[in-house]
Amino acid sequence: MQQVNKWPSGLVNKPLRYCPGCGHGIVHRIVGECLEELGIRERTVGIAPVGCSVFADEYFNCDMIQGPHGRGPAIATGIKRSKPECIVFSYQGDGDLASIGMAETVHSAARSENITVIFINNAIYGMTGGQMAPTTLIGQQASTCPRGRTVQANGYPIRVCELLAQLEGARYLERTSTHTAAHVIKAKKAIRQAFQNQIDGKGFSLVEVLSICPTNWGLTPLQSLKFVTEKMMPMYPLGVFRTPDAAAGAATEGGAA
Amino acid sequence: MGEKILMKGNEALAEGAIRAGCRFFSGYPITPQNEVPEYMSWRLPDEGGTFIQAESEVAAINMIYGAAATGIRAMTSSSSPGISLKQEGISYCAGADLPFFYANVVRGGPGLGNIAAAQGDYNQSVRGGGHGDYRVIVMAPNSVDEMGNFPKLCFELAEKYRMPAMVLADGILGQMMEPIEFKFERVDPAKLPAKDWALGNSAGRAKRVVKSYDLREGELEKINLRRMAAYRKIEQDEVRFEAKNCEGADLVVVAYGTSSRIAAGAIKLARDKGLKVGLFRPITLWPFPKKQLAGLAGKAKKLLVVEMSMGQFVDDVRLAVNGAIAVDLYARPAGIPSAEEVMAEIEKACQGIKAAPAATAAAPKQRGRPKGSKNKKTKAKRTVRKRAARKQAKRGRKGGRR
Repeated sequence: MQQVNKWPSGLVNKPLRYCPGCGHGIVHRIVGECLEELGIRERTVGIAPVGCSVFADEYFNCDMIQGPHGRGPAIATGIKRSKPECIVFSYQGDGDLASIGMAETVHSAARSENITVIFINNAIYGMTGGQMAPTTLIGQQASTCPRGRTVQANGYPIRVCELLAQLEGARYLERTSTHTAAHVIKAKKAIRQAFQNQIDGKGFSLVEVLSICPTNWGLTPLQSLKFVTEKMMPMYPLGVFRTPDAAAGAATEGGAA
Repeated sequence: MGEKILMKGNEALAEGAIRAGCRFFSGYPITPQNEVPEYMSWRLPDEGGTFIQAESEVAAINMIYGAAATGIRAMTSSSSPGISLKQEGISYCAGADLPFFYANVVRGGPGLGNIAAAQGDYNQSVRGGGHGDYRVIVMAPNSVDEMGNFPKLCFELAEKYRMPAMVLADGILGQMMEPIEFKFERVDPAKLPAKDWALGNSAGRAKRVVKSYDLREGELEKINLRRMAAYRKIEQDEVRFEAKNCEGADLVVVAYGTSSRIAAGAIKLARDKGLKVGLFRPITLWPFPKKQLAGLAGKAKKLLVVEMSMGQFVDDVRLAVNGAIAVDLYARPAGIPSAEEVMAEIEKACQGIKAAPAATAAAPKQRGRPKGSKNKKTKAKRTVRKRAARKQAKRGRKGGRR
């Protein structure tokens, strides 16, 4: 009999402590599979952020470091420049990457640090209990905008890939999602590419993954998947925004008309 | 080794760090320490090292956090406001038991303050500085020679105890030029022992994790208790100080860094006048030379603390002697005293010794002794304290004109 699936060696075999329906588990598995398939697990150092995925240091089966809120790309810079033979990835949420850590995100991209950034965008602060994120949608409720996010009070959400696409140093930018099996496969392809770019010395790669947070969205997992297609994708269209070989590419799926 | 060269303090610090095996530097420009990153940007690439001008002090310290986690000798430097920004990252390094070296070339504060020398970051340095319960090893040079030779000590102590170690300098020490002799062989980083906690290349071993958190019940306290025991050992073993003419001195001036240089000049003037004055200079500000200072109590009659801050350093001196000897303070917060001014303070303090000999010889305050026999002395001591307080208040008022 042929074995068609197994536990990836890039992931520690232990239960994840994320909420039911959380998207982190899917992306964790994708990263774990990539570490194995690319044969880089033993020379990879991962960075766990502050936020729900703070415990990522327990889950990825490679050397890990947990650092201050938002500073993943700076920490990655320090590791990569000290040990260029290592593969370094930073795993971050939207508050970590696009709010408190925006300067580190932008400048590590501008320097084109040869690192891989996995960016989980679920439009909410999870760990602290559902506060407004820099990617929270207009009208979306959060515990610090209980009547829904308004432009007047909170300004506009940030599209990270589009923002970084302006930088010469941002060599690979792709926004993906995990709301269907087909999208999971696409997300894995993108994340694998982001690691491959680093192996090839291509410079800064970032993959944004639209992810669900049923707990803090106050929706069931099924409703949450619908929220991704109906609300998130119009604001955050999926697609490749930069590749090492070409400038900004056109968005391919979703997107407001 | 051996050769004497003329160098600027900041450059000596940078060169000393490179010779000590530093191969990673990240920093952000701020006066009066700019020569450190400038020198590093010129020298480090030639040594196969990395220099990064970070986008902020916050990014710089987190690059250090990452670099130090790979076991490389990593350094950052800044001046007061920049060090404040780095405190969160320093706390993370302390919490993750990562060794690294940093320098604070202190300027006047608070806030943006000025760019002249000051000692206002004393408490921030010796009390940890960031959030949480931790210490960093603090070395206080008072010459360009020490600026160049202390980085190696800092790296060694940092690695021995797996914690941050720093040089607390100031604008004068950073900017002045003096002859320096590097008193150690160049360190070849490749020959340093491998660290059994460093990240990267996990082939053939279990994964390693560098982190500063532990949410499990009771676990964080266990880690902190282990760290506390290490701190106790450091306080036992790693104290460094310099005592000059303290034997037979009536008055001992206690000062560190630039203040101690000025005090040394003043003491020379005082001794020329026949006053019996010595100098006690802590070289490690943490660990603080508590025992050695307490040992002066039975010998000298008074201590005079000279510091370029409001009275931060004096607190540690007073804690060390625990009331066993009178401690006067000459405070110049963001001011730089001349040797003559310090000399005048020395003379004043010496007059005090003649006026109230009983008080200066007083034993430490002891509880549970019969009161009657001690009444006289206690009264005299109180009078002196009051007088000292009045004097200090007067000095405070005068402070504005200085």
